[in-house]
Amino acid sequence: MAQILIKDLYKSYGETPAVRGINLTIDENEFVVLVGPSGCGKTTTLRMIAGLEHITAGEIYIGERLINDVPPRDRDIAMVFQNYALYPHMTVHENMSFGLRLRKLPKDEIGRRVREAAEILDIGELLDRRPKQLSGGQRQRVAMGRAIVRNPDAFLFDEPLSNLDAKLRVQMRTEIKLIHQRVRTTVVYVTHDQVEAMTLADRIVVMNDGVVEQVAPPQEMYDHPATRFVAGFIGSPAMNFLPCKLTGNGSGLSVILSDGIRLNVPANRESRYRDYADRDLMFGIRPEHLTEQRQHTNAEQQDFTCKVGVLEPMGIDTMVFMNIEGADVCARAAPRSVKGPGEDMMFTIDMQNMHLIDPESDRIL
Amino acid sequence: MSTSAFVGETYRKRLIVFYIPLFLFVFAMLFPFFWMLITSIKTDAELYNRRVSPFLVRDPTFEHWRMLFQDTLFLQWVWNTLWVAVVSTGISLFAGVLGGYALARLTFRGSTVFSIWIFITYLVPPALLFIPLTGVMSFFGLMDSRASLMFAYPTFLVPFCIWLLIGYFQTIPKELEECARIDGATRVQAMVKIVLPLAVPGILSAGIFAFTLSWNEFLYALVFLSSPENKTVPVGVTGELILGDVFFWGPLMAGALFGSVPVAIVYSFFVEHYVSGMTGAVKG
Repeated sequence: MAQILIKDLYKSYGETPAVRGINLTIDENEFVVLVGPSGCGKTTTLRMIAGLEHITAGEIYIGERLINDVPPRDRDIAMVFQNYALYPHMTVHENMSFGLRLRKLPKDEIGRRVREAAEILDIGELLDRRPKQLSGGQRQRVAMGRAIVRNPDAFLFDEPLSNLDAKLRVQMRTEIKLIHQRVRTTVVYVTHDQVEAMTLADRIVVMNDGVVEQVAPPQEMYDHPATRFVAGFIGSPAMNFLPCKLTGNGSGLSVILSDGIRLNVPANRESRYRDYADRDLMFGIRPEHLTEQRQHTNAEQQDFTCKVGVLEPMGIDTMVFMNIEGADVCARAAPRSVKGPGEDMMFTIDMQNMHLIDPESDRIL
Repeated sequence: MSTSAFVGETYRKRLIVFYIPLFLFVFAMLFPFFWMLITSIKTDAELYNRRVSPFLVRDPTFEHWRMLFQDTLFLQWVWNTLWVAVVSTGISLFAGVLGGYALARLTFRGSTVFSIWIFITYLVPPALLFIPLTGVMSFFGLMDSRASLMFAYPTFLVPFCIWLLIGYFQTIPKELEECARIDGATRVQAMVKIVLPLAVPGILSAGIFAFTLSWNEFLYALVFLSSPENKTVPVGVTGELILGDVFFWGPLMAGALFGSVPVAIVYSFFVEHYVSGMTGAVKG
C-alpha cells in the first residue's frame, strides 16, 4: 500500500509522442481508473508505472521511492494483463506461487498465502489444474490471485475484463470491486470502457491524445465534465452537442438552437456566461435531461417541439433521435409517450443541466 | 440423392485426393530403403545377374554386412559422425537460442539489420564457402581433424537455428515474460523459467534439423578430412567403398542403410514435438 506520484511524465517512440506530460497523484488504497480511447496513452502510462516501458522524461514515485530506473521486479507491484498471461506450463498453484518462490519465501508461508488468496477468489478446487483447463472467468481469477498473493504496494490492471463475454464482464466487475474492499490496496486500472470506469473508480482519469483531460470522482466527472471530450466520452448514450448562439434577452440570456427553439439560460448561470454573449458556442445536454413533455418540477424546465426521426426502444426508456439544424440529437423518453417517426413531438429540456462549450478551446464554460 | 451414393462419392474422392497420393509418396520415400536393404544382402553373382528380377532376393547373405563392419572403419565413421553432429548441434542450439531470443525480444540499435545479415549468411552456399574455410582451418591447424567440422558446421547451423527460433519465440506471448519480470524474475530468470520451457518444441525442431544436416553433410567433410579413421559416414562410405570405377555395391548399400538408421530413430523419437514445433503457437 503506497501512494503513487507521477510528475511531468513523457513518453515518445522515436518522433511519435505517446504520453505528453502527465501529473497525477494516486493516494494510498485508492482505486484509480485510467480511461480513454485506444491510443490515448493510458496503457503506456500503466506500463511505465510497471517498469515495462522506458520513461522518456518525468518521474514516477511509489511511496517515497523514485522508481524511474528500478527494474520491474523491485517495484513491489503486481499486474493483471488483458490476456491474463498465465504460465501455460505451470499449474494454478505454481502460477500463483511463482513470485513467492522467486523471493525464496518459506514453503509453508507460500502455501498459506496461496490458500488464502484462493479462498478470497473461490478457486480452491482449481489449484492443481493448468491454465488450458480453465474457463475465461477462472483464468481471470487466477491472474488476480497471482497478484493478491504477492501482497504488493500497488495493483495494476491492464484492461483485465475485455477478453470476457458481456455477462461475465459485469459479474467480474462487481467482484473486482468486492476484492478491493477486502484487500485494501492502491489500484491503477486501465480500460477503454467508460462504464467500467464509472462503476469501479474512486477517481477517474480521462486521457486523450497523451494528456489528462480531467481527474475527478465518477459522479462529479459525469455532472461537471471539464472538456467537450470528457462530456462526450463519459455517459451512454453520449451527450448531445448542438451549435448555438448565446444572446441577451432583456435582463437574462438565451440560447438559440434554431429558429423555433429558443431556450432561457437559468438565472444562476448568467454571470458565468455573460462574457460569451453574442458568440457562436456549442450547447451540450445529456439525453436524460431531454425527455417527453413532463410537468415542470423546477423553473428551468422548458418545452419545445421537434419532428421525431428514429425510435430505439430500450425497454425502460425509448431513445428518440431527431435532427436540429443538422445536428443529431438523442432524447430519453418514457416508452408510452413517444410519437411515431415523422410526427411532431413536445419535449421538455432541463436547462439546469445544460453545458456551454467554447468551440475554440473545447472547454466547458 | 441417397445417402449411400453420397458416401460412395466421398470415399472415391478421398481415394483420389488422399490415399493414392499418400501411397505414391510413401512408396517413393521407402523404395530407396528397400533397395539398399536388398542390394546389401544379395550375393555379387545375383546382383549382376540381369536375368533374375532385381526386386527379389533368392539367396540372402550377410557377407557384405560383415565386410562393412570388419574390413572397413565403418563403426569408427559412425562414432565420428555422431560426435561431430552432437557437438555442432550443441554449439548451434546454444547460439541459436540466445541469438533467436535476443533478436525476437530485445530491441537494440540495428537489430533488424543484424537479423537480415544473419539470414544472408545462411544463404551463402557451402560450395563457395569451403574454399576460404579450408584456409582458415589449415591456419588453425585443424585440417584432417573432427574439430574442423565441429567449427565448420555451425557456420550454417547457427544462422539456421537463429532464424527458426526467432519465429518460434515470437509466437510466445510477450506478456508472459513481462508478468514474470513484475513477479520478481530477472530477464534471464524469465527466459529460463518461462520462455525456454515453452520453446521446447521449437528448440527440438531446430536441434533435429541441425543434427540431420550435420549427419548428412558431405562437402566440408570431403574437403577437410583425409585419413580414413577421421572420416564421417557419408565421406567414409563413398570414399572407401568406391575405388576408382569399382563400386562395392553390397557394402556401399549396407553403409547407406546403417548410416541412415540413427537419423530415422532420432526423428521417430521426437516426431510429435517436431510437428508442434513447425506449426508453432503456445496455446494459453
